[in-house]
Amino acid sequence: MDFRMLLIIAIGAIFINNFIFSRILGTCPYVGVSGQLDSAIGMGVAVTFVLTMASAVAYVVYTWLLAPTQVNIFYTLFGLKKPPDLTFLNTIVFILVIAALVQFVEMVVQKTSPSLYKSLGIYLPLITTNCAVLGVTLINVNEKYDFVECSVHGFAAGIGFTIALVLMAGIREKLQLADVPKAMRGLPITFIMAGLIALAFLGFSGLKIN
Amino acid sequence: MAFFSDITRGIYEDNPVLKQALGLCPTLAVSSSVSNGIGMGLAATFVLVCSNVLIAMIRKMVPDKIRIPIYIVVIATFVTIIDLAMAGFVPDLYKRLGIFVPLIVVNCIILGRAEAFAGKNTVWASFKDGIGMGLGFTFALLVISTIREIIGNGTFLGIPLFGAGFEPVMFFALAPGAFVTIGFILAFVTWLDHRKGAK
Repeated sequence: MDFRMLLIIAIGAIFINNFIFSRILGTCPYVGVSGQLDSAIGMGVAVTFVLTMASAVAYVVYTWLLAPTQVNIFYTLFGLKKPPDLTFLNTIVFILVIAALVQFVEMVVQKTSPSLYKSLGIYLPLITTNCAVLGVTLINVNEKYDFVECSVHGFAAGIGFTIALVLMAGIREKLQLADVPKAMRGLPITFIMAGLIALAFLGFSGLKIN
Repeated sequence: MAFFSDITRGIYEDNPVLKQALGLCPTLAVSSSVSNGIGMGLAATFVLVCSNVLIAMIRKMVPDKIRIPIYIVVIATFVTIIDLAMAGFVPDLYKRLGIFVPLIVVNCIILGRAEAFAGKNTVWASFKDGIGMGLGFTFALLVISTIREIIGNGTFLGIPLFGAGFEPVMFFALAPGAFVTIGFILAFVTWLDHRKGAK
């Protein structure tokens, strides 16, 4: 286990390749839920949980079912001549895994915290169509991370997403008192501020970890 | 001319990106050059039309409770088709769009239209709706990527516009420029609507 590698992945996913400001994944819930600090934190926690779980589960599914590895279930069970390459099914299988996970998280939140469930409202089922979740699983496959690296990457991506949401929610709560030009109110000013925060995050891309 | 009015409705009046603020991630992420924008727009249009038609065909068979997973599987199937087709026929574009081709699955425009339109309307109406919304998405991408490529790179479709002395504003080619550009475009659209309303 190379701890330094994990640290690099984590710092990279939180700051350098922040999912919202650098990779631009997960923008829809970002502008949707960042209106209030409470729901921003709730959404951040839910997304972090789903991202971590999805990374781990998708890795298992990918290695044992889809990729042409020696441990592929179809290879070991059915005695095929060589491991089958089912990676073209990645997208379909991953999205199903994510949909099932989100359903599970929704049930847990509904049971444990009805108030949080109410404030997250429509956005909880929408985590399924949050491109950050499918994005992280696909990036994991592209980068050929192992199980622990996948989980750390998913978790760090979630933290980065939460930081972005909370930053934005803090600004937007103040912004309600500001005198914004009529046409800029709501979404437009949110995007321009996101652009300015992203510019600040661009500074991290100079960061070198060795 | 009902056919054309159904389609033009998606391009401006109900434009999925500019008016409904859907499908923002791909809009922001792949709009750094015009060719990327058009490629992404047409790929998403293909998926949108096919999934709309298929979902409208099976809408009476689908049980209400599990309709979302079924829609997602239908969409994911068509995305896999376009994913493999693009990897085969336009490998350069495919490489530049990267993970955003498989991410068409989670483009909220497509699931949104399946849920709001195709699940309740006839096949023909859903087909027209798919074309209109798809072209609307492509149009929005075209506008944003034109602005970003001209300012951020000094080119249009790869052709230099300003000669050698032009210093491109890198800011617009990077992620922050995407946010700022779409912010101003949304503000402009809102301003136009306000003016129309005032008259």
